[in-house]
Amino acid sequence: MSDKILKELTLKIWRQKDAKAKGGFETYKIRDISGGTSFLEMLDILNEQLVGENKEPVAFDHDCREGICGMCSLFINGRAHGPDDEVTTCQLHLRRFKDGETITIEPWRSGAFPVIKDLIVDRKAFEKIQQAGGYVSVTTGGVPDGNAIPVPSEKAEEAMDAAACIGCGACVATCKNSSAMLFVAAKVSQLALLPQGKIEAARRAKAMVAKMDELGFGNCTNTGACESECPKKISIEHIARLNREYLKAKLQE
Amino acid sequence: MNKLNAKIPEGPLAEKWANHKAHIGVVSPANKRKLDIIVVGTGLAGGSAAASLAELGYNVLSFCYQDSPRRAHSIAAQGGINAAKNYQNDNDSIYRLFYETIKGGDYRAREANVYRLAEVSGAIIDQCVAQGVPFARDYGGLLDNRSFGGALVSRTFYARGQTGQQLLLGCYGALNRQVKNGNVKVYSRHEVLDIVIIDGKARGVIARDLVTGKIERFGAHAVVLATGGYGNVFFLSTNAMGCNVSAAWQAYKRGAFFGNPCFVQIHPTCIPVHGDQQSKLTLMSESLRNDGRVWVPKKKEDAEKLQAGTITPNDIPDEERDFYLERRYPAFGNLVPRDVASRAAKERCDAGFGVNNTGKAVFLDFKYAIRRLGEETIRKRYGNLFQMYEKITDVNPYREPMMIYPAIHYSMGGLWVDYNLMTTVPGLYAIGECNFSDHGANRLGASALMQGLADGYFILPYTIGDYLAKEIQTPKIDTASPEFDKAEQQVNDRLRALHDIKGTKSPDHFHKLLGHVMWDHVGMARDAESLEQALRLIRELKQEFYRDLRVTGDFSAMNNELEKAGRVADFFELAELMTRDALERAESCGGHFRLESVTEEGEAKRDDERYRHVSAWEYKGDNVAPELHREPLAYENIQIAQRSYK
Amino acid sequence: MNSFITSSIGKKAIMGVSGFFLVSFLCVHLTANLMIVADSSGETFNEVCHFMATNPIVRVIEPVLALGFLLHIALASWLTLQNRAARPVKYARSNQSGNASWASRNMYILGALILVFLLLHLWNFWWKIKFAGDPLLAQTEVDGTLMENTYALVSGLFKTSVAYCVLYILGGILLGLHLTHGFGAAFQSVGLSNRVWRKRWAVLGVLFAVVIAAGFSIIPVYFLLGLG
Repeated sequence: MSDKILKELTLKIWRQKDAKAKGGFETYKIRDISGGTSFLEMLDILNEQLVGENKEPVAFDHDCREGICGMCSLFINGRAHGPDDEVTTCQLHLRRFKDGETITIEPWRSGAFPVIKDLIVDRKAFEKIQQAGGYVSVTTGGVPDGNAIPVPSEKAEEAMDAAACIGCGACVATCKNSSAMLFVAAKVSQLALLPQGKIEAARRAKAMVAKMDELGFGNCTNTGACESECPKKISIEHIARLNREYLKAKLQE
Repeated sequence: MNKLNAKIPEGPLAEKWANHKAHIGVVSPANKRKLDIIVVGTGLAGGSAAASLAELGYNVLSFCYQDSPRRAHSIAAQGGINAAKNYQNDNDSIYRLFYETIKGGDYRAREANVYRLAEVSGAIIDQCVAQGVPFARDYGGLLDNRSFGGALVSRTFYARGQTGQQLLLGCYGALNRQVKNGNVKVYSRHEVLDIVIIDGKARGVIARDLVTGKIERFGAHAVVLATGGYGNVFFLSTNAMGCNVSAAWQAYKRGAFFGNPCFVQIHPTCIPVHGDQQSKLTLMSESLRNDGRVWVPKKKEDAEKLQAGTITPNDIPDEERDFYLERRYPAFGNLVPRDVASRAAKERCDAGFGVNNTGKAVFLDFKYAIRRLGEETIRKRYGNLFQMYEKITDVNPYREPMMIYPAIHYSMGGLWVDYNLMTTVPGLYAIGECNFSDHGANRLGASALMQGLADGYFILPYTIGDYLAKEIQTPKIDTASPEFDKAEQQVNDRLRALHDIKGTKSPDHFHKLLGHVMWDHVGMARDAESLEQALRLIRELKQEFYRDLRVTGDFSAMNNELEKAGRVADFFELAELMTRDALERAESCGGHFRLESVTEEGEAKRDDERYRHVSAWEYKGDNVAPELHREPLAYENIQIAQRSYK
Repeated sequence: MNSFITSSIGKKAIMGVSGFFLVSFLCVHLTANLMIVADSSGETFNEVCHFMATNPIVRVIEPVLALGFLLHIALASWLTLQNRAARPVKYARSNQSGNASWASRNMYILGALILVFLLLHLWNFWWKIKFAGDPLLAQTEVDGTLMENTYALVSGLFKTSVAYCVLYILGGILLGLHLTHGFGAAFQSVGLSNRVWRKRWAVLGVLFAVVIAAGFSIIPVYFLLGLG
């Protein structure tokens, strides 16, 4: 596990004091860093440097650092979560970069995700979509035994494929239209596949799509960019299912 | 007089919870609407509690420091959740889960609590299934189980390697439903920094809006802390970067006793440290020990060659491999509890048989399982974990064994609570990892999720009613009271003081140094001398922190450095208490290993005569020694014995 | 149903359905066109054109077809405007070519170019046949029926202008490109796709696009090569 040392990296980072300020790029240098360092550890190191110079560190979202909380974001060299596939930014390692490379780091760009500071964006829009109906309406207690309703294992697996969504917003960031369809599809599809969620499938699809549209995300034009950049490889087959569920629901009206 | 009253109900063990529920107070639906509850934290415990309380009709204010409740660190739990369902017909039962949890915890947990936990465990699975959690299923469509450490039966339910995520999304859904219904208001990107006590009762919190930097007041009839563990006191841990002790610590300083702070869990299967600039350790699920075999070379020369990188692990033939867990613990083999597995790894590495360039790693090998089951089966079971491992280390675990090493993972210690999950401050509750809880001195794998959800879904919603039934006459809490004024001022002063030190070193700098002290002296093996030394080092470092800290950025704006500074300040104080507790408990038990107290075979040796109790520390003021209270542990239903996994 | 038309999925479904409709038109159109190549006397083609001009069902469908075009274009414009507005601040660096096909990212531009071609095409033929007239269209007799000599009009254009030949080949290619994405996307938008069918639609989409592009290009190529 000994990695090569990168002698120098140039970082072009978006800095923006707050939501109202007009941001711009700043350039920084990182020297002699191991390829085994994670991308966010590199930013930690940069921030230590900046504090040493009595400058304000770069603000970025992160938490679990193991690719599951969905908090980290970053558009790195033109790609959501950077140049590696099936990883979040926190799982991206510097061995993916060449020595001497210039790395451009931008926040997610979408009207629905306004910048809060530097590389941090506000993803409350996702919360609102989930609140509109991304759940099964059961109250604690009074539910049947876990094995009362068998679920075919293929269905459970497919539901799990969709449920793997971490809500990071890479789909929105990547989509040329800033569409949130993959995110919405993942939830709608997961619950529509399971007998427990099927009961309110129609209501859920309508409510979540209506909320998504209301919040200013763009429309899906089936380019498939979202799935190719999704760190959890959520498939756009789930978008087809969402379309189906939604159209079915609307036809039943 | 003992200040600790655990309020354990009378009667036979199996009837305690039912009897208790039958006799405690209940708030009528009309009155619930008039009562506010603050829940701090939105992990499995906090999220499920907030949702369930709101479903009952209370007004809930839910706080998290992340940008969404769904991101709380429960989401990172991989392997599974235990429940005594006996779906496998392998002779599981509530009693067996109870027994194994007590034993796994090395006889330092409260019988009645653990029994109740086992009792409600089945309902948790039912609840999660109903919420649409896509648990793994067998081909007949029924729920599948896997095995975990410390258990003789297969009772762990799972959703691939993302069980925590799926359970959390389930309760996040329940929470969202209540947000939509108007019963919950979520305050995300808010950090709770103090608990407000009025006339001896918890009546609200002071929180900082992390976006605006504004310090705000929130009142409620009861406050529930579900803020998780304090593993980040070690800087490097498997906890999320933001995990902190601040809310719980302020609760301690406001009168809540802190239970067993020295009990922290060191997880045996983490990806080894790669360099001194690392910020975080990544856990590899315990479930991997189902199929992976742990080994180091038998010959020291081989270990040295591996460290130097002149040979690869595959060059070492089977007969030259020391499967030390299977050798030392034939009954449980690779599935011994975490504390045992961690110490065994440390023992081998300290003896010079460790691998990796640091000599601080052991192998977890899937070659044998792949040979037996085929690569596809292994991929299906652990594909995402293997992928994660490869992304981090650039090593393909299908071809070469994984390297693992123990790391700080979980806090068994936490705020002391009674049977109702209430702390020593009336109206202040602690649930999930935040309380000192049900895991004794060591938690079994897949039991954290169980406990968090048990507390949140099925225990707190009942027991809090008992307290609130007496509060129905209390009007809405007025946050303009002098108590709130004072608390807000104190928070403000505390942060301002940190911001105004204007030294030269970042909060992370001090955090790292503190972490080193803690890992070296209060880590996997402790003795009186090193603990005394730790106390000295912590105090010195703390002084330097208050002299030379630099917090850049504005005070009243988003400021990650200020957030970190506040957390590190609290970690310093906690570190001292942990060390003091570790020093006072001169026995080995579970995750707390005192070198002075070992059996002839080098296993942990408890001292039940002197230490069969919960240590609950009472804050007595800054720079004043805290007072130790002891809650004796009575074992009426279990034959207490030296723990053996041989 | 109001909210259906304004909803993102509703709009896309209508795009898909109108797309299907236009695709079926393309099939009919192509079949008719191929008669030019199949019968160099032009009689078959003239007969088909006469049928199209006189059959009552075709007469009814013609305005519906126009409506289909308008709907497809109007919705595309609406979607595009919304999609542009959804990202007010653009990226400084973006690697879109790495994650989606060129056609899928440029459907509106492709559509606009096809529209330009369509207008040219209508002016070349439809306008003359319907309204303006042309000396080449002089009546001819096929199997005892008098009809306009549409074949003469078409062959006249391609025989006298290499530029038009190239333009029409280009038109066919643009249409094909549009369909490489549009065909499968239409099925996706109306929800008729899953793990298995997705791959099939992708393959069929490319095949269909090639057939359309090649099929429509055959005619100008045929005249370019001096075969007609």
